[in-house]
Amino acid sequence: MSTAEALVTADGTPLKVSLARATRRSKIRALMLVVPLFVFILITFFIPIGDMLLRSFQNELVGDILPKTVKALENWDESSGELPDETVFTAMAEDFKVAAENKTIGKVGLRLNYEKSGFSSLFRKSGRRAKKLEPPYKEAFLEIDKKWNDLEYWRIFKRESAKFTKSYYLAALDVGYDEAGNIAMKPEEKQIYLNLFLRTLKLSLLITALCIILAYPVSYLLSTLPANKSNLLLILVLLPFWTSLLVRTTSWIALLQQEGVLNDLFVWLGIVSDDGRLAMIHNQTGTIIAMTHILLPFMILPLYSVMKTIPPSYMRAARSLGATPLTAFVRVYMPNTVAGIGAGSILVFILAIGYYITPALVGGTEGTLISNLIAYHLSTSLNWGLAAALGTILLGLVLFLYLMYDKIVGIDNMKLG
Amino acid sequence: MAAPSYATPLEKVWHYAFLVICGLIFFFLIAPIIVIIPLSFNAVPFFTFTPEMLSLDPAGYSTKWYQDFFTNLNWQGAVKNSFIIAFFATIISTTLGTIAALGLSRAEMPFKSLIMAILISPMIVPLIISAAGMYFFYTKINLAATHLGVILAHAALGTPFVVITVTATLVGFDRSLIRAAANLGASPTRTFFKVIVPLILPGVISGALFAFITSFDEVVVVLFVGSFEQRTIPWQMFSGIREQISPTILAVATLLVCISILLLFSVELLRRRGERLRGIKN
Amino acid sequence: MFHKKTLATITISAALAATSFSASAETEMVVVSWGGAYTNSQQKAYHEPYMAENSDIKIINDDSAAEAVAKLRAMNEAGNVTWSLVDAVASDAIRLCDEGLAEEIDFDTVLAAAPDGTPATEDFGELIVSDCFIPQIVYSTTFGYRTDLVGDNPPASIADVFDLEKIPGKRALEKRPIGNLEWALLADGVPVEEVYDTLETEEGLDRAFAKLDTIKDQVIWWEKGAQTPQLLADGEVVMGSTYNGRLFSVIEEEKQPIAMMWDWQVFDLDGWIVPKGAPHMEEVMKYLKFATDTQRLADQAKYISYGPARASSAPMVGQHADLGIDMAPHMPTNPENAKNTLLYNYEWWADNRDDLDERFQAWLAQ
Repeated sequence: MSTAEALVTADGTPLKVSLARATRRSKIRALMLVVPLFVFILITFFIPIGDMLLRSFQNELVGDILPKTVKALENWDESSGELPDETVFTAMAEDFKVAAENKTIGKVGLRLNYEKSGFSSLFRKSGRRAKKLEPPYKEAFLEIDKKWNDLEYWRIFKRESAKFTKSYYLAALDVGYDEAGNIAMKPEEKQIYLNLFLRTLKLSLLITALCIILAYPVSYLLSTLPANKSNLLLILVLLPFWTSLLVRTTSWIALLQQEGVLNDLFVWLGIVSDDGRLAMIHNQTGTIIAMTHILLPFMILPLYSVMKTIPPSYMRAARSLGATPLTAFVRVYMPNTVAGIGAGSILVFILAIGYYITPALVGGTEGTLISNLIAYHLSTSLNWGLAAALGTILLGLVLFLYLMYDKIVGIDNMKLG
Repeated sequence: MAAPSYATPLEKVWHYAFLVICGLIFFFLIAPIIVIIPLSFNAVPFFTFTPEMLSLDPAGYSTKWYQDFFTNLNWQGAVKNSFIIAFFATIISTTLGTIAALGLSRAEMPFKSLIMAILISPMIVPLIISAAGMYFFYTKINLAATHLGVILAHAALGTPFVVITVTATLVGFDRSLIRAAANLGASPTRTFFKVIVPLILPGVISGALFAFITSFDEVVVVLFVGSFEQRTIPWQMFSGIREQISPTILAVATLLVCISILLLFSVELLRRRGERLRGIKN
Repeated sequence: MFHKKTLATITISAALAATSFSASAETEMVVVSWGGAYTNSQQKAYHEPYMAENSDIKIINDDSAAEAVAKLRAMNEAGNVTWSLVDAVASDAIRLCDEGLAEEIDFDTVLAAAPDGTPATEDFGELIVSDCFIPQIVYSTTFGYRTDLVGDNPPASIADVFDLEKIPGKRALEKRPIGNLEWALLADGVPVEEVYDTLETEEGLDRAFAKLDTIKDQVIWWEKGAQTPQLLADGEVVMGSTYNGRLFSVIEEEKQPIAMMWDWQVFDLDGWIVPKGAPHMEEVMKYLKFATDTQRLADQAKYISYGPARASSAPMVGQHADLGIDMAPHMPTNPENAKNTLLYNYEWWADNRDDLDERFQAWLAQ
């Protein structure tokens, strides 16, 4: 090192320093090239998603609209077995008068109604009569609705007046509070999401497996054919890949429905009778078939690119060393394709668990996936907190798989078409 | 691929069975795309082959769904919107994506794989999550239900494809070419336009095509971020499939298949050209 | 294919609206409605006559009523409401009103009195179910069946919907608990006045779900009103529930072999709400006075078979504008059709909707 230290550049700075500076400068220059895109997707993509995910635990609504009540409730001991005292009711009467004036009382009712049925009418009714409330307020409120006499409502009220809530995550995992306020699994007839997550994972796995089974022989064939033939056949793979998702889904509707092409064909061939037409759509079968078809190219392409690199001499060597074709294939060829299978599987799996459009159109009720429920909570039930919680869990799953993909395949090795 | 001459009879049988299986899988891949073409000429408003169609009776066929498509102003608005949105989204994502890819492929790039992972994530995040987040946030900043909002959203979704294809082009890029150009007295700008651009152009164009098709094909984000005024072809198809199934959708689908065939061939040609330019042989 | 003509007219008007946004002195009001035949009936009965009289007003149709509640809430949260008027069903309107997302309406000052001077509140009567909601039409969710697929034994009562022996085959029902639970109990013999009290109890709910269980594997669940007519036309189902106006057009306009079964049709209301902070509030109120008067509501029934919400409009309902058939017998409120009818208990559903939606979803997934 001593000789290196002695070296200086023309302007007298030590070479080491100068080199380090140059490296740093070129690092920064390289980074600067990435910055515009990074800022762009930060604003148009990451911030929006993060902003939405915050909704899964943010819970400022109750405290914002009924600040005095929330403050007064802090002193109430929910395990005492008694109703809150008059100070809470007085605070509530004041809050309700303001909130009824601002027409915000219904919002709180709807928010709390997610936790327990009845809050909506309780708040609406009480809000409507808030202006005429006279002390003593406790009696006045109890007169409006006897639900104010129910400790469970008060416990939920107090619990959900905190700034942050875990109730959305609990609900997303089919867990809720029992009547005593303890965390417990929901009764079976109300469990939805765990089953749905499970179904989403199961169907995605099944679809991935089907893709492997279908992609393997085709990729093998493509990789062994001479370039001019394989390029021609590759078009048969790339055409579906390039064709609109909706077009492919539409054509599966045309093929699979009861009066559709396949059923007509089966009836004509005498495989099924005219009244015994198969139900292949609006159920899981529809989702599986259509999604396998749509995702198959994502399996074939990586598998094919890996198989292309395996020298045919491996197999020939195994054969000449006395292996049967099957042994040679299983022991020599297949291990070499594991990387391709891994790359394709993770890609297909990641895409499958987030699918929305195809299951919505061909899945019926048993073929819908978790994304469909998220969409339902976003646009129909309006329980955005729950939608965000479900979305966060799904996103977590996907990111985990994405990291695995990075570990196994390396993001930079991702290729298209 | 013929069976080798030394194959045993059993191997030959297996070989042909294998070819049949592959044929069936190719059929599975392509049949759903082919089948909508004749169905789009159906004379009756159903998604099935009528007896007249099967007996090749001209009365069973009609082009009225195409006429409907070309005269229906709802569809025309959708076509116009689709092209406007996809065009601008493509320009944004191609520009930003290409610049980023140039940075990413520099050897000095720190945290390369992390940055790559971040830049590609819009492709990986389930669309419903992206759509919901954009919908809430864009409403806040006055971008929801505007063309600009949908364009920005689509541009974000399209960039990963540009980054991937352009970095792939640059993998085989010989950096000594830049030094050679500099040695011969070319300015950095001149080097960029005369050396780098021609070499990465195929990658850029094929990335742009991917970005274009991503936007052109995208429906979830448009459904949330857009509104009736921003309806695109997939938006119109999606509501059509749910609302009133008409073979007009199949006519549109057929036209879209033709577009994808065109795009497919352009990508393939570009890829070959790119490999030839960089001296990579198949 | 359904309502092709009507679709064409809407698109023409939509395109006109789109191409002419360069005009300067005009006030543009974005009116959100359901699209299809329904928007068309409003276009013909309300928008066109109004724009003819007020050349400075331009009404732009936005067909996104299905997502209106969610979008309105997001707009309100962001303080950026761009819609002037939104068409909503009663239950959504009540919800929007509760959340403070809709303006409260002073009915007798904003709305026109009936021709004989009856004030608006009396003319609408008990159909005013919320302070923010101006009803336009009474529609009903009822059943249509394929006349050629049910043989000599057409369905005659709600019990037949649940009777797989009498009428085998698939049925289409709406993918939500509202309506289906009531029907299940009615079919199971619960008297109508006890339906909601029964649903209030755990056993009653179990009973309703148990009844639905008997046909569960024969049901295709629909989410949009046009699905049932399509499923019926394709022969995918032998019968199915949908809005009576949809069935009217598939029967009378498309001439499909379909007939209606009115037993225990469920009445619902559809009408206007004004979003809180809507642009051009003054013009909107002027428009509302015109568009909800007796004549206009009666006119709408020329284009679609839904009953007008004003009592004073009923005698003025005439013939279908294109088909020339008498519309009165096709109205859900026609005495012949309205022997057994049910009106939603909005208050009850507002309380129990979240809970039962969840249970219904879980039940579907089982």
